[in-house]
Parts: sequence; structure tokens; C-alpha cells
Amino acid sequence: MTPDRARELLGTVAGVTLSGAGTPVVAQVEPAQWLDAARFAKDTLGCAFFSFLTAIDWKEQGLEIVAWVDNLDARVSVELRTKLGPGVTSCASLTPVYRGANWMEREGFDMFGVRFEGHPDLRRILLADDWEGHPLLKSYAVDTPHPPYR
Amino acid sequence: MPDVRALDYAGSERLTMNMGPQHPSAHGVFRAILTLEGETVVGVDAVIGYLHRCHEKLAETLAYVQYPTIASKTDYVAAMSSELAYVMAAERIGSFEVPKRAQYLRVLMGELQRIASHCLWLGTWCMDMGGALGGGATIFLYCIRERELVLDLFESLVGARLLYGFHQVGGVRYDLPEGWTAECRKTVALIEQRLGEYEGMLEDNPFFMMRTKGVGVISTALAQDVGISGPLLRGSGVEWDLRRSQPYSSYEDFAFTVPVETGGDCYARYKVRMVEFRQSIRIIRQILDGLPAGPISSRPGVKSLAQVKVPKGEAYARVEGPRGEVGCFLVSDGSNKPYRMKWRGASFSNLAVLPHILPGCSVADVVAIMGSVDPVFGEVDR
Amino acid sequence: MEIKAPVPQIPVPFWKDVKDLQEWETHHQRRPDAGDKHSALFEQVTEGIHNFPGGFALTTVADGFFNWARKSSVWPVSFGLACCAIEMMATFASRFDVERLGMVPWASPRHSDLMIVSGTVTIKMAPMLKRIYDQMPDPKWVVSMGSCANSGGPFRHGYHVVKGVDRVVAVDVYVPGCPPPPESLLNGLLLLQDQIAHFRRTGHRAEPTPKVD
Repeated sequence: MTPDRARELLGTVAGVTLSGAGTPVVAQVEPAQWLDAARFAKDTLGCAFFSFLTAIDWKEQGLEIVAWVDNLDARVSVELRTKLGPGVTSCASLTPVYRGANWMEREGFDMFGVRFEGHPDLRRILLADDWEGHPLLKSYAVDTPHPPYR
Repeated sequence: MPDVRALDYAGSERLTMNMGPQHPSAHGVFRAILTLEGETVVGVDAVIGYLHRCHEKLAETLAYVQYPTIASKTDYVAAMSSELAYVMAAERIGSFEVPKRAQYLRVLMGELQRIASHCLWLGTWCMDMGGALGGGATIFLYCIRERELVLDLFESLVGARLLYGFHQVGGVRYDLPEGWTAECRKTVALIEQRLGEYEGMLEDNPFFMMRTKGVGVISTALAQDVGISGPLLRGSGVEWDLRRSQPYSSYEDFAFTVPVETGGDCYARYKVRMVEFRQSIRIIRQILDGLPAGPISSRPGVKSLAQVKVPKGEAYARVEGPRGEVGCFLVSDGSNKPYRMKWRGASFSNLAVLPHILPGCSVADVVAIMGSVDPVFGEVDR
Repeated sequence: MEIKAPVPQIPVPFWKDVKDLQEWETHHQRRPDAGDKHSALFEQVTEGIHNFPGGFALTTVADGFFNWARKSSVWPVSFGLACCAIEMMATFASRFDVERLGMVPWASPRHSDLMIVSGTVTIKMAPMLKRIYDQMPDPKWVVSMGSCANSGGPFRHGYHVVKGVDRVVAVDVYVPGCPPPPESLLNGLLLLQDQIAHFRRTGHRAEPTPKVD
């Protein structure tokens, strides 16, 4: 397995657009194919190591979910990305494929408000359960007051 | 003697016990809500977030010259690795050159930091298992004594003992003062000799062996699936060390072995870290013997906030910290502040393995496992 | 030519505007008056002895003795939150041994006198901190260690950070630094011992002699 072979194989999956060259293999995935692409990366590309999953808030263009997985033996890194589209806050959960996505997706929900469908226990992880708002969205101010503490 | 975990507990009473955010096991603010049947843990709900200091949001408001000092407060026990991840991500996007001397200095500080961090790990882990007023404080006091020697080196170089602002985009900020290399060699020789004593002390101790062998076994598949890294991954049989597999900052110039143990238990992780001590000393000696002359940064010293502008782009830079893969995923929009910074903390992923391995252990094993996982909550909660 | 002596300048406020200082004035917790809950009978008796001719010798010697005992055996509850906890552990350990001052770090708040708040207090942690503080018996003291505990520190503008632990509990000594090296913390603890030495028979804390460092 090499980055070029991984690109070749990923090109055959529906809904995946590849970009860049060398490592990492950056794959833009349609939201509907998110879980399938992850399963493909794990089973066919051999990417068993789950590094992280996060989201980016692109303001009017909506949210984008980014996941990074590695094939440790072949030293191939695959970056899976999916643009959810403006106003969309739900995405498929990768927990059936990678157990490490559990806490990462809880953080995505906590910070961005993305509901991951199929997650076994989607609740806030870093902030208190009764916190209002999703801080890492660009519409949330960093110094939001919270009397009496700040 | 019957194995405690195999006893069939006929009573139907399950106790929910809180290992609250303040507890003597000196790892920081972590809350584990344990469901117990007798002494056996049957379920654990790990509650984190008590140290959530808004790093990722603050990074969007701080310039590239301001943030490295704050980045050191994520993994505060290994501040050099934490700063390096952020600075490397900015350099990767902008393709900024880092001079050879700066790269060697970064590696030197990273390895010294690894020694200091592992000293603290060994001390606090043994203190947790032995009890602060019982025998556990022995190794703790000895290891802190060694760690203080390394912190003295840092203090004479940077001026700070724990949280440095050593790295900047393009290189490092401080150069070695007079006599530092001689002092470093002496310190490293002393630590190497004393390590042998501690290993002997611990491995002759039957209680230590009983409490660590076979405890907290993480299988290879679970390890990769959850994404744990560092000594935990290498203790479970996976040979993955970013310094060898994806070398950064001239690590390919140095000869060192990557320890791998197949046990997967606390003892395996202990052995991996003890070998890492010695390999770090080996790397330090190689650097001191072959440190090139030259500039310590490709960019001038910090004078203004607008000084470092990183062009539009994204990069993920990963560093092998003492706890595992510390990574910084940076999205920049061409200004002097990042658009989005995601901090991949090693301890966050390492802790995520706890709900999978704690059920079935006894309460005393929870303390030993927490110590061998060695979390630092600045990284977990960011 | 006349050389004029320099006129002492009033120091420019640290913050650009005084908003932060006003915020602190409004929000910081103040210690309630009685630090030590004695019964009214005890207070009346000691006042009586003190006012009796020659009785002051007994009460002042007793004060001195009890204050010496209190300050020489302050037990901190180990309350490490963040980076400052590592420096606090270093202060308790081999090189900067704080046990020679009589301070034994003790895990249980029920048996401690001092809470060294070392690290950032977050909004999720603040109720836990208040709970631990309430579990400590009187007389108790609080040392705020590090800039995060003093005022929120480098994370002051974060949405989840409390702007100083003095919004949650009343603080006796502030130790600045990020993190304060063990020498600074030891300095703060010695200043605290000076404050404890001023405990009076009625439990009122006198104003400590201003010690400029």
C-alpha cells in the first residue's frame, strides 16, 4: 500500500473526489457516503489507526467534518473530509467503524452542534450538560459572559 | 487463593462511586463515575472538561507570535513538544525554512523534556500505587530530584522551569549559553546511572510486580481503533514512533531504538518508558557531539504582532510527545491569526481507552492503570 | 543648574483601562468577619481576662502560643488543577521541601487548613472547588497560586474560565507567576504564616503588618 495505490483505490469509491499529491491522501467525500468511505479506508486501505475527527466552521458555506486515519504498517495517512452544506448540522457517525470516533464526535457535538447519527451516547463532553450554545462556531463570542463567574 | 475477579458476586447491589475531580492520585482534574459490584468495576463514565480552557477558540484570536507560549500549557508536563506541534504546523503551511541548528536544538529540548516528563510519570505512578505517606513517596522524591536537574538546564537556557516560550515560527528563540553543554552531559550521565538504581528497586519489589503485571491489558486491535499512541501503543505490540516513521526536525539524523513490548499491560508500558529514558539520553549525546553552528531562526526575533503571516492553507503537524501523538491541525486564511486550530491531544485519545479496559478490574487497579496511561489534563480538555 | 529630586510617580495601572479593577472590586469574595467560631461565652471570658489588670499577659502569651501552633502546622489539601500543580508538587518534594515548614499535603479536605488553588478554575470546576472549600473546617486559608487563579491568567477571555478564584472563595494570599516557581510559592506560604500569626483571641483577623516584597 502506497499513497498512490491508496489514491487509485479511493478513486473507485462513489462520491469521493481526490486532491493533492503524495501524503496525506486528501479525499473529499459526499455526506451520504461518509460511513462507506471510512469503512473502505479501514478494510481495503488498511487504515486501522484513528487519529482524530474534527469540524471546521466555514461560516456561510456551512460546516466541514475532517477525519484523519493512518495505515501504520505502510505509513500512509488518509484525510477524509466532508462538507455538510449550509445550515446542515447532522452527519453519520463513524463509531461503528472506529471506536476512537466516540469521544471525538462528542466533542464535535459539544463545540459545533453537529448531531452524529448512530452515535451510542451523544452528549456534551467538555462543557457542562446544561451549557447553552456551541462555542467553536464563528457566531459565538470567545468572551461570552457567564455571571457570576465571568 | 481465588482470583478476585472470577468470584461470582451473587448480590444484586451495584454501587456508584465517584472518583471525583479532586483526588489524591495526582493526575489532575478527572472524574470517573465507577459502577462497582463489590470491588470489581463493571462500568465507568469518564467525565472530563474540568480544565477546558478554550485553547481552540483563543487560538483564533491570538497571533502566531503570541500563541506558542499558550500552546505550552496544553501538555504542561512536556511543554517543548506542545509548542513544537503548533509551530511546525504554521511552518508546514507557509513552507518556512528552519535552520539546521534550530532543528537540532528542538530535538535536544524535546528529548530532555521527555526525560523530565518520564521522571514525573514514574514518581507520581509509584506514589499512587504506594501511597503518599507509605512507601510510594520514595521513588517520587528520587525522581523529582532528577527532574529538578533537567529543569535547571531549562532554566539556564530559557529562564523558565515549566512553561517556556522557546519555539517560534521559523526556529527557536534562545541559544545555548556558555557551559550549558558540559552541564548537560553531566546531568545526563547522572540520570543514566540513577535510573539503573530505580529499576533495580522496583523490579525486586514483589508488590510492584503484582500490581502491574497483567493489569490493564490493551489489545493491539483496540489500541489502533481508539487511536492511543506513544508508550501505550508500543506497549501493546505496535511499532509506531513518529520520530522513526514520520521523522520531523532532523530526527532521521540520529540513531535510536524504538522499544516495543507485546504484553499490553502496565508492566509493558513501564518497560517501554524505561527504555525510552535511555534512548533519549543516547540521542542527546549524539546531538551534543554534532551540534552545527548557524542561525537559530530563519525569521527575526519577535517585534510585532503582524510579523508572521502564514499564507492560506491547511496542515496537520504531529510530534511524538512523551504521551504520544500530539498534533496541531491548522487552517489559515492568510492573516496573522489562524482561522481554525484543532489540537489533537495525546491524552484525550489515550483516556478514551479507559471505558474499554476498566470493566473487570478492581478499584485498586484503576489507580495503577490511570498512572500507566499518564494523562495530562491540559491536553485532554484543552 | 538645579537638579531636582525625582518625584515619586503613582504607578500606572497595569490594565489599560480600569474596567478589570472595577470588576474585581464588585465580584471578589470577601472573608466573613469571624474567622474562628468561638462561642459567645468563650469570647466574654477571654475579654474579661484580658481587661483584668495583668490579665493581658496571659491572653497575649496564649495568643502567641496558639498562633505559633497554627502557623507551624498548616496542612494544605492537595488541590492541583493545572500546570501550577506540577510546581506545587515540586515545592512539596525533594528540593524545596515544604514539610520543614510543617505543611503536610493532605488529601482529605476535612483535615486540612489550607487550600492552594493551583491552576485555572473553570466554570465546570467552580462548584466542585466551592464544595471542597466548604468541607474544610475553620479556620481555613486560601492561597491563589498562579495568574490563572489570581485573575483568569492567559485564558481570561475564554468562555469557560472563571476570572480568578476570588470570585468563588475568599483569598488570603495571591502568588503571581505562570507558573510561579517554587521559590515564589514558598514566599507566598511564608507571607501566609505571617498572616496567621495575627490571629487574635476573639477570632478576628487583624490587618497583617504590610510586608513589601
